[in-house]
Amino acid sequence: MGVLGELLITAGVLVLLFLGWQLWFNSLVIGNEQQDRAQELSESFSGGDEVVAAPAERADPGDPDVGTAPAENETFGNLIVPRFGADWKRPIAEGIGRHTVLDNIGVGHYPGTQMPGEVGNFAVAAHRNSHGDAFVDINKLQLGDPVYVETEDGWYRYIYRSTEYVLPTGVGVLEPVPQMEGAAPTDRILTLTSCNPEHSISERIIAYTVYDTWYPREFGAPPEIADLVQNSAAG
Amino acid sequence: MYAALWRVLPGPAWVRILIVLVLVAAVLAALATWVFPWAEETFFPAPDVTVEDPAS
Repeated sequence: MGVLGELLITAGVLVLLFLGWQLWFNSLVIGNEQQDRAQELSESFSGGDEVVAAPAERADPGDPDVGTAPAENETFGNLIVPRFGADWKRPIAEGIGRHTVLDNIGVGHYPGTQMPGEVGNFAVAAHRNSHGDAFVDINKLQLGDPVYVETEDGWYRYIYRSTEYVLPTGVGVLEPVPQMEGAAPTDRILTLTSCNPEHSISERIIAYTVYDTWYPREFGAPPEIADLVQNSAAG
Repeated sequence: MYAALWRVLPGPAWVRILIVLVLVAAVLAALATWVFPWAEETFFPAPDVTVEDPAS
């Protein structure tokens, strides 16, 4: 076989290796890193104490505490979506910079949108594919699915309500009342945005969830995710 | 090219196979550590996922 043929075969193998690395291996590695960092954050929030599950019957927790807006690129919470996987947990940082937040940390909070539990719109973005595949299953959310946000104050539960597809310029989804510019908000919304279709930049997929309740940290975690926010030493 | 590489490797066949495996592993590690991340960043950046005001 000629040297040219061997070079061509080598080039073909390299392309296949790159595809396997990009589509599968690298996302697995980065996804695991993000998951680990989310776990570290959970443990720093609980300060090493054991996290107990809140009782199924509990008193009305009242209006949720709202944290102050963090500094840019600061990691301030975790997003937990059981529909994305039984142990799916990713850190949320302030800002939507590609290199600073989305490519590395995972989930980015749109600056200027509200905070978890606040009346208005807590809007976040994450990659659909690559860099951890955070929101690859965003189109699989079903009506009534819970979406949790963990912060220092506790856990906020939102319930998935609907999905919308918009152009990349569709910033109306970030309004305090999504798509209603200037309207005064009364609901607490959590909006997830990612790209659509997969591997494409032509559209954005938007998943809306609506606030349901919250679990103050001192009274225990939501039973459904208590294991997932447990300290690895205690659990 | 690869036949030439085989000829310059020392030792009996199993030693050569061992050396080739180590070389392949080293090449794969170098690709995953330096070459592929660079290629992705340069030629295939992941699509944007955010909604943005075109004016800004």
